[in-house]
Amino acid sequence: MAQLIVIGLIMSSIIALGAIGLTLIYGILKFANFAHGDLMTVGAYIAFQTFVGGGHIGPLSFGYGMILAILAAMVVVGVVSVIIDRLVYRPLRRRNAGLVILAMASLGMAIIVRSLVYLGWGPDQRFYTPGLQYAHQFPLGIALKPDQMFIGAAAIISVVSVYLLLYRTTLGRAMRATADNMELARVTGIDTERVVIATWAIGGSLAGLAGVLLGIQSHLMPEMGFIFILPLFAASILGGVGSPHGALVGALVVGISQEVSTEWISPAYKPAIAFILLFAILLVRPRGIFGVKD
Amino acid sequence: MISDFLNPSYLAGFLTLVIIYSVFAIGLNVHWGYTGIFNFGVAGFFAVGAYTSAIITKKPATGDYMTYVGGLELPFVVGLLGAGVACAILAFIIGIPTLRLREDYLAIASIGVAETLRRVFINEMGLVNGTRGMIGIPQPLHGLVDQADYKYVYLAIAAAILVIVYIAVERVLRSPWGRVLRAIREDEITAAASGKDIFAFKMQAFMLGAFIMGLGGAMYASYVRAITPDTFVPMFGTFLIWVMLIVGGSGNNKGAILGALAVWLIWDRTGALVSDAQNPSIFYVRNLLIGVLVVAVLLLRPKGIWGEEKRVSIYAGKEPERARRKEPGEASEPAGAASVIEEPGESGAP
Repeated sequence: MAQLIVIGLIMSSIIALGAIGLTLIYGILKFANFAHGDLMTVGAYIAFQTFVGGGHIGPLSFGYGMILAILAAMVVVGVVSVIIDRLVYRPLRRRNAGLVILAMASLGMAIIVRSLVYLGWGPDQRFYTPGLQYAHQFPLGIALKPDQMFIGAAAIISVVSVYLLLYRTTLGRAMRATADNMELARVTGIDTERVVIATWAIGGSLAGLAGVLLGIQSHLMPEMGFIFILPLFAASILGGVGSPHGALVGALVVGISQEVSTEWISPAYKPAIAFILLFAILLVRPRGIFGVKD
Repeated sequence: MISDFLNPSYLAGFLTLVIIYSVFAIGLNVHWGYTGIFNFGVAGFFAVGAYTSAIITKKPATGDYMTYVGGLELPFVVGLLGAGVACAILAFIIGIPTLRLREDYLAIASIGVAETLRRVFINEMGLVNGTRGMIGIPQPLHGLVDQADYKYVYLAIAAAILVIVYIAVERVLRSPWGRVLRAIREDEITAAASGKDIFAFKMQAFMLGAFIMGLGGAMYASYVRAITPDTFVPMFGTFLIWVMLIVGGSGNNKGAILGALAVWLIWDRTGALVSDAQNPSIFYVRNLLIGVLVVAVLLLRPKGIWGEEKRVSIYAGKEPERARRKEPGEASEPAGAASVIEEPGESGAP
């Protein structure tokens, strides 16, 4: 059980990175970005493409090359997100398209991005590094691989950075104001289009990072991100759409329950757990744990 | 590429699938095009419809490689209606927590239902034979003609079902009840202020659309005769049908049928390329093409090829005749006056 909770925490940290980006975009642009999971996939594959070994950092299965690959993935996915927004979502926003049209367009983008990944890298599973890694033994029967500790550490650093960005910088304040009320933010002189670009850049790069970490945790395949979309949405809705710390709590709930559930039911139902949690919370608290009236 | 269509047997198969997809597109049109219900879980209804008709019409399970519930050996019509009813019940269950919420929550919840159901179908071997799938699903009127000519019989049956569905849906949606649905789609609060029970109307529309999708699932199952959980992946079971409706024109059942034809033509011809070229990567080019198509339509032609018509009442003429309405004797014209969508549901619910 303790082992399942720890693995759940590792998965939670990956879900959290995706869900925070998703909830920021959701909060500011008011639409469900169904392409978010596939942005993660792009991140994972960009890192695969740019990863050049670089020895080993301590007990990790990869070296400094991975740090560079992660940075490349974050930059590329951030830029790709901004470009998609300029080409697709902004024209739709200008036309005052409803949130369903935007969501539909994002599903179209999801299919496009995934097809491109298939065409670029093929349908086979890929691994960053070959071979198995030995797990460290901890009390309570917990076994943890060094790579998994790296995932947790990377996630914590990123979440803290996002928190500092949102609550300690002018840009963060502008983002929160825009999420609260875009019209009002514009009236007070905030350049909301710049805020939108910043949101996509941040959300996209977090998705890119989440994708690489997911690739380190298991393996790469073109469907990896799309399969992840349910936990991402479950986490952001559980926490209340638009609330980054809500997404964090939602990610913990979803990630841990998915793993712990395997104690009693078949692991094949893991994604269904995220969804059943979502269904339950929508019945009891339709706006999520930290949700506010919109 | 076109020469395949000169073969009547190929053409019959192609048209049968277009008809089946038209039924799905009309069902989705009832949800999204007319009521604004954002159902992203079409695949779930597709699967439930197909499996329900399979277990109603098939013989009981025998042997080690065949385990499933039911096997009632009932006629095709019972399977068809049973599939519709099963989907309507599923819609009712999903609708209770989600229809009162923001529309995108329903989308996410319906994806979740579709994926969860697919996992249940895969993992519960005793339910519908797991990944081995259901094979040998009976076809209606099978003994009537030679096996080689049967596809024309099925084409006729499918066409008849489509005609019935089309006429029924057109009548229902042009009734006062249908106008309330459009009013809800345009502005829920105004519709509620006119005394309409939004939740009840949405639920009815959700169940009606789901019923139609159930019919489509049953038609598909009997046509292909073998279904596995892989048939109902989101790309094929949900997204393709959405693309058909959006490309064709949501809010117009003729557009839905046109969209089914156009998109299935692309799907079928690119599929032919795959088997000609023996190159599996064309499969992904095909998905890419479908994705680009939907984004392009949303950006460049948001109403689709054949968009919604303004007039919604069966009592209204083809063209708006505003000048005539102002004549004194015409002042008390019945529902026709309320037939433009900007005047939601004035003539009341049934």
